[in-house]
Amino acid sequence: MSLCFELSEEQKILRETVRNFAEKEIRPICQELDEKEEFSVELTRKMGELGLFGPFVSEKYGGSNMGYVSYIIAVEEIARVDGSQAATLAAGNSLGIAPIYYFGNEEQKRYWLPKLCSGEMLASFGLTEPNAGSDAGASRTTAVLDGNEWVINGSKIFITNSCTEISGVCVVQCVTGKRPDGKNELSCILVPNGTPGFTARPMKGKMVWRASNTGELIFEDCRVPKENLLGKRGDGFHQMLSTLDGGRLSIAAMGLGGAQGAYEAALKYANEREQFGRTIGSFQSVAFKLADMAMEIEAARWLLYYACWLADNNRPFVKEAAMAKLYCSEVMHRVANQAVQIHGGYGLMKEFFVEKYYRNAKLLEIGEGTSEIQRIVIARQIGVKGGDWWTGVTKQ
Amino acid sequence: MDIIVCLKQVPDTEAEIRPTPDNTEINYEGIKFVINVYDEYAVEEALRIREKVGEGTVTIVTLGPERAVESIRTALAMGADKAVHLDDAAFLGGDANATARALAKAIEAMSYDIIFCGKQAIDDDLAQVGNILGEFLNLPSVTGIVKFDLSEDKKKATVQRQIEGGIEVLEVPLPAVFTATKGLNEPRYPSLPGIMKAKKKELKPVKLGDLGLNEGEVGKKGSLTQVLKYSLPPVRGAGKIVQGDTPEEKAANLAKLLREEAKVI
Repeated sequence: MSLCFELSEEQKILRETVRNFAEKEIRPICQELDEKEEFSVELTRKMGELGLFGPFVSEKYGGSNMGYVSYIIAVEEIARVDGSQAATLAAGNSLGIAPIYYFGNEEQKRYWLPKLCSGEMLASFGLTEPNAGSDAGASRTTAVLDGNEWVINGSKIFITNSCTEISGVCVVQCVTGKRPDGKNELSCILVPNGTPGFTARPMKGKMVWRASNTGELIFEDCRVPKENLLGKRGDGFHQMLSTLDGGRLSIAAMGLGGAQGAYEAALKYANEREQFGRTIGSFQSVAFKLADMAMEIEAARWLLYYACWLADNNRPFVKEAAMAKLYCSEVMHRVANQAVQIHGGYGLMKEFFVEKYYRNAKLLEIGEGTSEIQRIVIARQIGVKGGDWWTGVTKQ
Repeated sequence: MDIIVCLKQVPDTEAEIRPTPDNTEINYEGIKFVINVYDEYAVEEALRIREKVGEGTVTIVTLGPERAVESIRTALAMGADKAVHLDDAAFLGGDANATARALAKAIEAMSYDIIFCGKQAIDDDLAQVGNILGEFLNLPSVTGIVKFDLSEDKKKATVQRQIEGGIEVLEVPLPAVFTATKGLNEPRYPSLPGIMKAKKKELKPVKLGDLGLNEGEVGKKGSLTQVLKYSLPPVRGAGKIVQGDTPEEKAANLAKLLREEAKVI
């Protein structure tokens, strides 16, 4: 009796609400924002008013304490309409809010979380560097303690939500020393936007998520108080891995929602478009594509919800999160590809909705751990014996 | 200020409606249900008045099957304080008169200064329940309001109705029944914290016996009208392309078709 696939009443209302919101507030303007490569403060605030930031955060800090399944349903529904807004939401939550919520001290939580949960401010997660992508432990940005201040030098790249007019703080992973075993000691430090020596520049010319904000960060003798350290010194690598575990759930949700959106567009088109005197959906070649899309989406959905259920029930979910991220992003890739195929020539045009899904799908196989890294995580989790180099990816 | 909002759950506007095989009922299988859109305006207006006045309650009253609970909870998540659900098979299938009688009986026992309904339900399009409810409760009722202003002393309301070619302004002593229509406001979305709070709000189920009514007074049995059958509109045929080599010839052929086939000229 304990196996149950029924969403709670709150989750059903949540899905309905977010779907209405996405259809009414996002769909009419998202193509234009994508075209102009423009981040929308207004939509971000509206998502904040809806309470979409901080669904897994306790009410005490301005969250709604609805848990991961609910959070993921919200991201899924936004991504069904627009990947860029879903990116703002997913990164704002999983990469901005989560590290502060899970590793911050009481004072840091009380100071930052209410503003972040209301959507009036965004936090970002400064991890990737020009020379430290998949090998995230190879960060070169340094933080040296000078009296009561950290002095930070280095640069970060591809940092979502880091340079909007409402970006308030970045959790920056820095090398803070050497460990006894000779490896770098990594720590996360909160650096408020606007701190002298901290420059955030938008990165333009993206193929994907064009209406989400991506920044390049430069730290030049940037000084912040010693107290801005997040959690314990030397915990940075562990904090990063744990943050990415949660982040994978939201990337998976973007794959699931994007696949759903592309599939719905293809189904509608297949039932309306006529060729050879009949709707193209009535041709087996198209009908089977749609059947496969529906099947894969359903499988992806329940794998992801299961991973979220594990997270909500405080069980280990590293393996399942990696599987869900990998599978959902690859499902979206296949579904968006076939959705464009079904649309034929029109699928290549911007005025039809599917080309955006096709572009956006690619990011999900790269961001927050490439598909290859996910396979390493899974292989390690299922007990495949690997070389020493794996430890740099999954455990230090 | 105690405000009551009558709310109905209806099929989604995009749902494909089909009658049952014997054509006596609607086949609701697999259909998605939502709050009647005009009732959403009613809920929003009630919430705004309560927020402006700074005190009072907004109570949702719904007659409907068990599934209506989701719509009631959605209204609670928007911010209503509590709800009463007329949840008894005996209430179902009634016409406007039978439905209004049951609602009136439930509302009679409650405290109210304003009663809001939607202008009409988008499924049966009767647009009668608000008025009949007003009659049963012996209250003035105003249909299709697009603006609501409460007087300083909170004893009357000035409301606006859109009429052919202009606006009608009416003053109404409270308590009274008002039905809401598009233009009154822009309903809010329920927020996530609102959804969580809604879970703990009072939702009282009410059975036929609780209202002191008998089966012959409500639902299908208590209705003054009976639905004989439902049928789908005839399928629209293909259009006709008027033939002709020149515009003059086409015009002549069109005129001929309009006279001889369509018989409209």
